[in-house]
Amino acid sequence: MTVRKRLLGWLADLALILYFLFALFPIAWMVILSLKPANELFSTYFSFTPTLDGYRTVLGDSEGIPFVRFFVNSLVVSVGAVVLSLVVGLPAAYASARWRFKGSENLMFTLLSFRFAPELTVIIPLFVLYQKLGLFDTYVGMIWVLQLVTLPLIVWIMRSYFADLTPELEQAALLDGYTRKQAFFKVALPLVKPGIAAVSLLAFIFAWNNFVFPLILTSNEAQTVTVGALSFLGGDRPKYNLTAAAALVSVVPPLLLALTIQRYLVRGLSFGAVKS
Amino acid sequence: MGWRLTLRPYILIVPALLLTCGILYPFGLGLYYTLFDFSASKPQPDMVRFENYRTVFTQDAFWNSAWVTVLYAVGAAVVETVLGVAVALLLHRSSFVGRVLEKILILPLMIAPVIAAIMWKLMLQPSVGVVNHLLKPFGLGGVQWTDTPAGALLSSIAVDVWVYTPFVAILALAGLRSLPTSPFEAAAVDGAGWWYTFRRLTLPMLWPYVLVAVIFRFMDSLKVFDIIYALTEGGPGDSTVVLQIRAYLEAIRFQRYSFGISYTIVLWAVVYLAAMVLVRHLGKIQRKAAEAK
Repeated sequence: MTVRKRLLGWLADLALILYFLFALFPIAWMVILSLKPANELFSTYFSFTPTLDGYRTVLGDSEGIPFVRFFVNSLVVSVGAVVLSLVVGLPAAYASARWRFKGSENLMFTLLSFRFAPELTVIIPLFVLYQKLGLFDTYVGMIWVLQLVTLPLIVWIMRSYFADLTPELEQAALLDGYTRKQAFFKVALPLVKPGIAAVSLLAFIFAWNNFVFPLILTSNEAQTVTVGALSFLGGDRPKYNLTAAAALVSVVPPLLLALTIQRYLVRGLSFGAVKS
Repeated sequence: MGWRLTLRPYILIVPALLLTCGILYPFGLGLYYTLFDFSASKPQPDMVRFENYRTVFTQDAFWNSAWVTVLYAVGAAVVETVLGVAVALLLHRSSFVGRVLEKILILPLMIAPVIAAIMWKLMLQPSVGVVNHLLKPFGLGGVQWTDTPAGALLSSIAVDVWVYTPFVAILALAGLRSLPTSPFEAAAVDGAGWWYTFRRLTLPMLWPYVLVAVIFRFMDSLKVFDIIYALTEGGPGDSTVVLQIRAYLEAIRFQRYSFGISYTIVLWAVVYLAAMVLVRHLGKIQRKAAEAK
């Protein structure tokens, strides 16, 4: 029995390791590709003289692709989208968690439907509209459209955090002479701070990773890294090392942030449906 | 209750409401455009009523796209569910290896899908890609991954599986960890085998969690765009032209705005129906979780 159990345990570990090889190999291979010198790109697979030239080229804009600017653009539009969603979304999340009132559920479900709407339904009309309004290829235009990603996430998850807070705490604060506003800012908000931090980072990651919005609604000025990385694949000669370097540079921010919010991911990814 | 009290929640949601309208407006505008024949070559469009939709539904291209989309969504959702639940079960054993690996489970999920597709495109290149190089010892050195219709669809699904299996695994693992322990202890006392316990206890209790993951994955893959755009651009031929790619080609590449939007409206209607089911289900699970507390 015990021998059999141990054997099964090893088999289970082996199966896990196989899955993780599949999951991690592409990332490892990108690291290898990005360190290859251009003249050894296709002549070898695993043995070569590593060089940082790929990264220098990508970050030095020397291929005519201003990748550093795309990186800054990603940062600006993602942070902008999250901040706007927080300012607008936190009061709405709080209101719909604390009071039952007409229209609240409608608003919540409309927001949720944004999460599942095919992006192009909104983007193609926006493409036409933005040309007229002069918002095409601008930060403002991108931040506006990214609300489709960040606002539903922030409102739904923060509602679930506010709903978890017992209203008695705020009621006690009101009895102590706090105004409703103070009760929100000094009692409720500090208690959900970890939730706010986690959902902001998650929303940032999703905004950063978005591809179809910048693909259609920007051309050069406000273009982001996800579209930028793809442009290294174009051209006559395949520039695999540069593509790999660009891909890796563009995944560093989301990956680092993701590792810091592991504990909150379950609730975030399921829109508050599953809590860990 | 004074009027200020009654109004307070409304005042709090006004900004969100305005922003929501800002997103609904282009949607309504799009819906309106589909009644015209608006395109780059016809900037002063005429009203054609439902002609665009009639064309959509009578086009072979639409039915091909719809079929490819369903194949993709079902294929991806099924594989991700089975693999994700399997990974969750293995991690739930909490062996030393499992505890180490769990920390990096989310990595593929946090990589932009388009970047993931770029990475796989480099790896799957038939002559110089690393996948065929590694397969050479097994006599499979020349697989044309994305250059055959079936291969292109399977490769796209594989990238989807690579990115999103952790999504299912994370939700299933959270479910496993929240299951009550007493039924399992009772089953162990009764000498129930692993398979019996899994089928009669684990799976039924875990099902709501898995279902949330499945519905999310199915609905997201109905509107897949990034992965296919970067990996195959819909090719070879029309073999991977899912609905959103078709809409993109019509509206942006060929600049037939009205017609392209009609495609997305049809897809939107399908996704919306599926969303109604999801919303009902999410509510049920949240209530159940609240009762359990």
